[in-house]
Amino acid sequence: MPKRTPLYDRHVALGARMVDFGGWDMPQQYTSIRDEHFAVRKSAGLFDVSHMGRLNIEGRDAGKFLDSVVTNDVAAVQPGHAQYNLMCREDGGIIDDLVIYKSSPTDFVVVVNASNREKDVAWLQAHLPAGVAIEDRTSEVSLLAFQGPRAEELLPKHTTDTRDLLYFGFLKGAVAGVDGYIARTGYTGEDGFELFVPSKQVGDVWDALLENGRDQGVLPAGLGARDAARLEAALRLWGNDMDETVNAYEAGLGWTVKLDKGDFIGRDALAKVKEGGPSRRLVGLTMAAGDIPRHGAAVMKDGARVGTVTSGTHSFFLGHPIALAMVEGPSLRAGDTVSVDVRGREAPAEVSKLPFYRGSAHSATAPARN
Amino acid sequence: MPERRYSKTHEWITVDGKTATVGISDFAQAQLGDVVFLDLPKPGRKVGRGEAFGVIESVKAASDLYSPVNGTVSAVNDNLTTHPELVNSDPYGEGWILKVDLTGAPPSDLMDEAAYKKAAEAGDH
Repeated sequence: MPKRTPLYDRHVALGARMVDFGGWDMPQQYTSIRDEHFAVRKSAGLFDVSHMGRLNIEGRDAGKFLDSVVTNDVAAVQPGHAQYNLMCREDGGIIDDLVIYKSSPTDFVVVVNASNREKDVAWLQAHLPAGVAIEDRTSEVSLLAFQGPRAEELLPKHTTDTRDLLYFGFLKGAVAGVDGYIARTGYTGEDGFELFVPSKQVGDVWDALLENGRDQGVLPAGLGARDAARLEAALRLWGNDMDETVNAYEAGLGWTVKLDKGDFIGRDALAKVKEGGPSRRLVGLTMAAGDIPRHGAAVMKDGARVGTVTSGTHSFFLGHPIALAMVEGPSLRAGDTVSVDVRGREAPAEVSKLPFYRGSAHSATAPARN
Repeated sequence: MPERRYSKTHEWITVDGKTATVGISDFAQAQLGDVVFLDLPKPGRKVGRGEAFGVIESVKAASDLYSPVNGTVSAVNDNLTTHPELVNSDPYGEGWILKVDLTGAPPSDLMDEAAYKKAAEAGDH
């Protein structure tokens, strides 16, 4: 029996098609993926992402502990800022990708993938030093993502001013009169916010955001639109584009690995990969309308298989199909032609620069890649 | 208005004289999600009952389309090339897919609306 978020009844009332995602019953779409996707690109879309795990990590050595289990430099993050991170095995395989929000040097919130939550907690517990505590707050605190170029102007009344909030910054404040945390983070390539609010009041916040945006093109948006938006922005999805058999450099996430920050799990393995260069890597592909590359499809070059599509869809916004694919060797360059198996036929694909689409998130100030 | 009848594989037909119009059901379009592309035969192609005549691609997956009738394709809905979403928005009208000149009588065991609805709901766990 899949788990339900506190907004389940609202999703059903809105006519959502519910699907099992990472053990949760989540909205795939309410009306149309196309419309919801366009809302995110043109106005703002409201996502329930309460299925994602929220872990509090606290204690005198909490920062040091996190730095020992993730790739990026947590110590360098200023309080009130978030950082994208990978948690790796000793061999460099990616256990999960996560965002770490630093309230203070002793107080962090870590947001993890729904399907990995229990695994992540077990891994963290297994490496936990004395004096650091992990608390799984996924049930008590819900998470909404309000994403789009107009997200800021369409926040409802009684919401804390966010105009000075930098990209990947967050603050303690109110959303529609409900106290929580407002973070300028997301998974769509657009400007916007992730809102941490008490589960008891998340329905009120959800209603206020939809009501306030009703005549402004705001739509509730499901996992379908979220997947399309993240893929256009070339944001990797754990379980598709990376997993425990893939390392950071292969996934094109070498920028998250700070080899000189001190020791962390996976460091030695990753240092070796960096020295020799990854033997395969994630590339972008664009294809002609109608040739839709699907997860798992073979990628061919000159008659030989060189890789596999990891994520693919038809991009309504760009008007053609796009994909991420893991390919062998370093030789493929943007503009090169390969082919992808589409329904048993070799369909042409062009290697593309990433991201496929640069949304309003990139016009926000301050680097996200800290 | 000729009565619409349905196959187990979620295609519908209406028959006008010797010509059947073929589409997919409202249930099927909802299951597929946003349709992005249809790979359809050209007029003149012979189709047999239960034979895959084309492919419909949605954001989620590619699915085969099966002919509910025996005959020869006389027309395809060219609007779907540029507006595949018509299959979602108007599956029984503007979103029709093929016209087929029937060979012999239309099959008698296709379901009526009520029977199809029951079958579709039973299959939708």
